[in-house]
Amino acid sequence: MNLTLRIWRQSGPQDKGRMIKYQVDDVSPDMSFLEMLDVLNERLILGGEEPIAFDHDCREGICGMCGLMINGDAHGPQRGTTACQLHMRQFKDGDTIDIEPWRARAFPVIKDLVVNRNAFDTIIAAGGYVTAPTGSAPEAHSVPVAKADADAAFESAACIGCGACVAACPNGSGMLFTAAKVTQLSLLPQGQPERYTRVVDMVDAHDEAGFGGCTNAGECTVVCPKGIPLTTIGRLNRDYLAATTRHADTPGT
Amino acid sequence: MELFSQGDPIADTRAPDGPIETRWDRRRFEAKLVNPANRRKMTVIVVGTGLAGGSAAATLAEQGYRVRSYCYQDSPRRAHSIAAQGGINAAKNYRNDGDSVHRLFYDTVKGGDFRSRESNVHRLAEVSVNIIDQCVAQGVPFAREYGGLLDTRSFGGAQVQRTFYARGQTGQQLLLGAYQALERQIGLGNVEMNARHEMLELIVVDGKARGIVVRDMVTGEITTEFADAVVLASGGYGNVFYLSTNAKGCNVTATWRAHRKGAYFANPCYTQIHPTCIPVSGDHQSKLTLMSESLRNDGRVWVPRAKGDDRDPREIPEDERDYYLERIYPSFGNLVPRDIASRAAKNVCDEGRGVGPTKLGVYLDFADAINRLGRKAIEAKYGNLFEMYERITGEDPYEVPMRIYPAVHYTMGGLWVDYDLQSTIPGLFVIGEANFSDHGANRLGASALMQGLADGYFVLPNTVANYLAAGPFEKVDATHPAAVEARRDVEDRIQRLLAIDGDRTVDSFHRELGQLMWEHCGMERSEAGLRKAIDEIRALRDQFWQRVRVPGNGEGLNQSLEKAGRVADFFELAELMCIDALHREESCGGHFRAEHQTPEGEAQRDDERFAYVAAWEFTAAGEPSVLHKEDLNFEYVHPTQRSYK
Repeated sequence: MNLTLRIWRQSGPQDKGRMIKYQVDDVSPDMSFLEMLDVLNERLILGGEEPIAFDHDCREGICGMCGLMINGDAHGPQRGTTACQLHMRQFKDGDTIDIEPWRARAFPVIKDLVVNRNAFDTIIAAGGYVTAPTGSAPEAHSVPVAKADADAAFESAACIGCGACVAACPNGSGMLFTAAKVTQLSLLPQGQPERYTRVVDMVDAHDEAGFGGCTNAGECTVVCPKGIPLTTIGRLNRDYLAATTRHADTPGT
Repeated sequence: MELFSQGDPIADTRAPDGPIETRWDRRRFEAKLVNPANRRKMTVIVVGTGLAGGSAAATLAEQGYRVRSYCYQDSPRRAHSIAAQGGINAAKNYRNDGDSVHRLFYDTVKGGDFRSRESNVHRLAEVSVNIIDQCVAQGVPFAREYGGLLDTRSFGGAQVQRTFYARGQTGQQLLLGAYQALERQIGLGNVEMNARHEMLELIVVDGKARGIVVRDMVTGEITTEFADAVVLASGGYGNVFYLSTNAKGCNVTATWRAHRKGAYFANPCYTQIHPTCIPVSGDHQSKLTLMSESLRNDGRVWVPRAKGDDRDPREIPEDERDYYLERIYPSFGNLVPRDIASRAAKNVCDEGRGVGPTKLGVYLDFADAINRLGRKAIEAKYGNLFEMYERITGEDPYEVPMRIYPAVHYTMGGLWVDYDLQSTIPGLFVIGEANFSDHGANRLGASALMQGLADGYFVLPNTVANYLAAGPFEKVDATHPAAVEARRDVEDRIQRLLAIDGDRTVDSFHRELGQLMWEHCGMERSEAGLRKAIDEIRALRDQFWQRVRVPGNGEGLNQSLEKAGRVADFFELAELMCIDALHREESCGGHFRAEHQTPEGEAQRDDERFAYVAAWEFTAAGEPSVLHKEDLNFEYVHPTQRSYK
């Protein structure tokens, strides 16, 4: 099939950026979306132009490195699918496709479709862990975990940190990402000792990084390639409320 | 000119002797320690943030060392360990099914086709149990039983259920556990994290590894970084084949640059080829996706009897199908080990009976299983895999047989290390897939995660102290002649790549190199093929340096430049892989030589001549490498021949 692409080109953080039109012909429906961009880039290089910079690595939907706004949808039209797993059979001959980077205050553009997502790491560093130095762990079976809790923790732990939730959110909020980690760890017995400091520290780091507030628009969960549910944000809110009221300054409660 | 020359034997001088169960304890006791106050004065560089690098950086920082960590991805959480699906082995014996440290040790030595070190493998089996404890304490959501205890399953043909898992995303969950421990240390200021940085050279001062040259992939800035010890945890080199299940960015540059500076490279020809991957769909293919091996429990593998039979598979009658695994291996059938299944698929495709658009594929058919067990049962077992298959191929595997084909997905070879995981360059340690140490000629399923975390959490943090006890070493800075020279080499190479301005892209060369390697150094190797490959690799490498086009400049983000540097190193590695494969005149594990097979077509080892580790020393560009042999002795597990008929 033959396609018209309109792609965001921006040479660096200082450049204003613009949409540039490219024609790509003979696209196979079996190509992945990123392979279609590879084909265009090969042509651009041989034609003496700079190829389009975009992030990607595993190309099997798990590393979270890729992230493209495709016709205004984070990761494109297919639900539960990262851009690298999206295939061209989802499009029709003659389509025009707009491709843009994630757009959010906390994710500045580095070049073309590549953005800086360090803010996510900062949120994890603020409390998205269990303090368990190597060697200090008790025998794994000393604390049983109800299967339902373990399964629910896994659902949240499936987050790949791609940032689609932020890109889709009208407020540029990173609350689904933050809530996924808070939920995973607060469901497990190992996460209890730090439960109420964790949620406050992570939300503070989230706000300081320039993410917007959550207004329950719900766009995040629709585009999430791993289907992290909106209820995780409800859980985060409950823990946050408890931390800042009941548990504030009252050790042992 | 000879392809290589023979050097002195090499020995693992750090390995303690005595009863095998006591060796790791003794090594830890005999190793020197560094007192906590002195640890603060010492810096360790860790390159790579996968299971090995992430866990090592976090643990060293917890112990009080200053750590500087580097990765090429935009975040340490994205290292390719994240893609591992199946699980992690540990000798917990929670099932009471006869497992033990000794059995895991035994299975691993045998699975490695008797080409690994007994001492290393025993240690791996010993610490496997600590890994599970550590990960649970971090909040890794392993699969659990209704009683709240950990679930395990059997994997990779083991007769015990020792594989712990988190759905089909075990690698992701273990890596996020290590990443979170690392982020905690970053938050505390004990680790300086440098994402989007690529190591391009090792700095060796007075014979010791003292630093690295890195390129900031965003600004293009080249800097020299110094430490008291350098740890490489940069992964495997499967991408030398261009198409593999590795992430696109996986590369050999860090270990290859260290090799050129004096670190021996061991057993480069040992590559593992996984039989159940989604086949190539066309020339545009950029990577391959693994489908869990568990599918072979219920799927039947077949191709049409006749060459070039293009009918819809559902219209090919039963008597015109060849269920070749069941035919050739009646007792194991579709469940033969990875290497056997892979080679058999290649053979039927070579005969012209492959299926699918490229004719490089075989059917994995679930029709019988669906008839027998019902669609619901198959959905419950494999639903997520069937969905992934449909997303990629556009075909519904409930209706049409799946198409699969083998693909490269792990490399057992890597930099040579002693029992302390130290390379032949003092102060340079190598962990995880980047070293050669524990898997011999073939890795068992669910053992890669085990080895990465064993090295990073438990082995290296103990053994590195023995080296650092002599530190802190004399301060080195960017003005040291060795640093100036290393940096200039990196800058010159980048300028050289940018200046060629030829008429071919980096990817076109990488693809061609990959095809050569797949053809001649893949599932089956022969003397004639390897000799041809060596000549062709050299010719193609010359073409690369004359005709490659790398657009843009060295300042700022330039993904073509990053790729060009990696492919240039793959060219050099590829030649050494072929030489290693050529010199090893036997078949073992992931290395199958056409000339060395039993009358039934099975791998034939030659323990008399080849029970050794081949450690290769780099001499000079264009000069033959020197082979150093480390003899392998088997005191506890006695070599036997495998049979699956």
